[in-house]
Amino acid sequence: MLRIAAAAGWLAVSLVAGAQGKQAGKEPIKVGALLAVTGPASFLGAPEARTLELLVAELNAKGGAGGHRIDLVVKDTGGNPEKAVSFARQLIDEEKVFAIIGPATSGETLAVKGIAQESGTLLLSCAAAEVIVNPVASHVFKVAPKDSFAAEMIFRRMKKMKISRIGLLSSNTGFGKAGKEQVEKLAPAHGIEIAASEVYDKAATDLTAEVTKLKAAKVQAILNWSIEPAQAIVIKNARQMGLEVPIFQSHGFANVQYAKAAGAAAEGVMFPASRIVVADALAATDKQKPVVVAYKKAYEGKYGEDVSTFGGHAHDALGILARAVQEAGADREKVRSAIENMKGYVGTAGVFNFSPADHTGLAIDAFEMITVKGGKFVVLGE
Amino acid sequence: MAVELALQYLVAGLTYGTIYAVVGVGFNIIYNATGIINFAQGEFVMLGGMMAVTLHRLVPLPLAIAGAVLFTMVVGAALEVTFIRWLDRPSVLRMIIITIGISILVREGALLAWGEQVRALPYFSGDEVSSLSYGGVHVSPQVLWSLGALLVIVAFLWVFFQRTPIGRQMRACAANREAAALCGVPTRNLVTLSFVLSAGIGALAGCVVSPITYTSYGVGAGLAIKGFTVAILGGLGNSPGAVAGGFVVGVLEAFSVSLLPAAYKDAISVAILLAILFARPSGLFAPREVTRLQRAG
Repeated sequence: MLRIAAAAGWLAVSLVAGAQGKQAGKEPIKVGALLAVTGPASFLGAPEARTLELLVAELNAKGGAGGHRIDLVVKDTGGNPEKAVSFARQLIDEEKVFAIIGPATSGETLAVKGIAQESGTLLLSCAAAEVIVNPVASHVFKVAPKDSFAAEMIFRRMKKMKISRIGLLSSNTGFGKAGKEQVEKLAPAHGIEIAASEVYDKAATDLTAEVTKLKAAKVQAILNWSIEPAQAIVIKNARQMGLEVPIFQSHGFANVQYAKAAGAAAEGVMFPASRIVVADALAATDKQKPVVVAYKKAYEGKYGEDVSTFGGHAHDALGILARAVQEAGADREKVRSAIENMKGYVGTAGVFNFSPADHTGLAIDAFEMITVKGGKFVVLGE
Repeated sequence: MAVELALQYLVAGLTYGTIYAVVGVGFNIIYNATGIINFAQGEFVMLGGMMAVTLHRLVPLPLAIAGAVLFTMVVGAALEVTFIRWLDRPSVLRMIIITIGISILVREGALLAWGEQVRALPYFSGDEVSSLSYGGVHVSPQVLWSLGALLVIVAFLWVFFQRTPIGRQMRACAANREAAALCGVPTRNLVTLSFVLSAGIGALAGCVVSPITYTSYGVGAGLAIKGFTVAILGGLGNSPGAVAGGFVVGVLEAFSVSLLPAAYKDAISVAILLAILFARPSGLFAPREVTRLQRAG
């Protein structure tokens, strides 16, 4: 008797669920997100997670991607590659997700690249290091501009300023290491000598000794490559020591909170970043303007904090995935080739043109040189 | 090496040493009262910094710091009364595990209350770029503020433990809790008081270093590891020892950067710690009682 009742109940539930499924149109798509919501890389992961929550709700309210509702599962990796690996396995084996957005950092992405590729799960990384997509893995994409382009932009500016002898600082993370490699590889071609190169711990609390070493090497400029709060500490320590040389940062500096944290010391710091950090100053004719302004308005309205390029990466990853699903349906292999052949997707980081050989899709013009003026990000200009 | 550069490395070392020591001395009070290491000490440092940043939006800086110190003292008392006071003769191991549990609890609570963002108090005097310079050597005024706070704390602790009846009773409580109780020492109240004092000193440390290091819900563990290292190096329970230990580690770290890649900085400080502990297992400046007790035991 009990069994019959249970069976009847189950039948009723499945009928209702079926009816609901029909109402929504097609079966939902489960998307996992592996993001450093807390920990030293939370400047990246936290706005990314908030962006996904905001945009997935918005998308579902409009009927989902091509009629498929998106079910978002966010896992907080704390910026730790080991945790990223175990959460990636959980998302793939237990949650059976269609695609993964993230991780936020390069080190974590490199740790999960192989797992995603082997299981045939789409991975849309929000991290920057070139090695994520070089060599190309068929199921791994990234939406952040390459670090080699960032280094290129910085060197062009240094050349213009007649700087030929620099000191390089980087943190001991995947992002720092990959950036250091690119800088060291590209510097000779631009006639730039790296007179001193120091690697510091990602949790560093004071970097006076490292900066003293650069001072001793008589560098004409400092280039720092990291994503942690240490990049704000570096500029404070340099200025406190009376080292008044120009300071360049990587695109990891593109969260205005860093500039605020360094206060007066941040004035004049130069770095490459995508146009979203100067959204309001863009020309009305700029292709990206409507996209970045709409995202900025929605994000700042809901969370009351400034947008950063990092939240923008999550925006672009979700947007690219949604467009591919709309074009190709819920078949993972078809979606994969839709992303690989996608042209002209206008995102916050730039205009994406993917190809089988290029899983980043962004060109060097995705970057603009930005500087800090009065605690705000502005275009550096000529 | 030019004299000017050597002095600049020395300043860097004193900066590191001050940060480590001001956190490290906080370990000594609970140790002196109970003989255990409080693994939640870093969280007191974090709470002090975070609370002061929050209060500073409403009140001037000195009031914000005082408020943050008082708040953290109340938290320290509440944690002790809730988790430790009612335990009947807890073993040292159990106490240590409880303090680890408290540290996780406080950290997660802070994450819920404040989010993951990094904050800082403004510089007490000057701003991010100002520094005092003498003969080409520059030092941020905030380092001097931290050093001043450190010296005040150490002087207070020395007088408290050596010269006041309560301080002596507290030490008696650590040496032999039952004997102390038999002599009429209110051991439970003293343990609570030791948590209150530790929390207050940790919070003050968190306030003075926050303009230099920044603060967020998760900084406690990182600061506590170095603080703990220098407290051990100086001899647990000995505050001037912790200061000396802090300067030894800080200066060695800074000068190691001048010779070797900075990436080896932490490896060097740990290697030094191990070497010293092999030679002097109870630290550089262990109090005589500890050494004597260990010999007896």
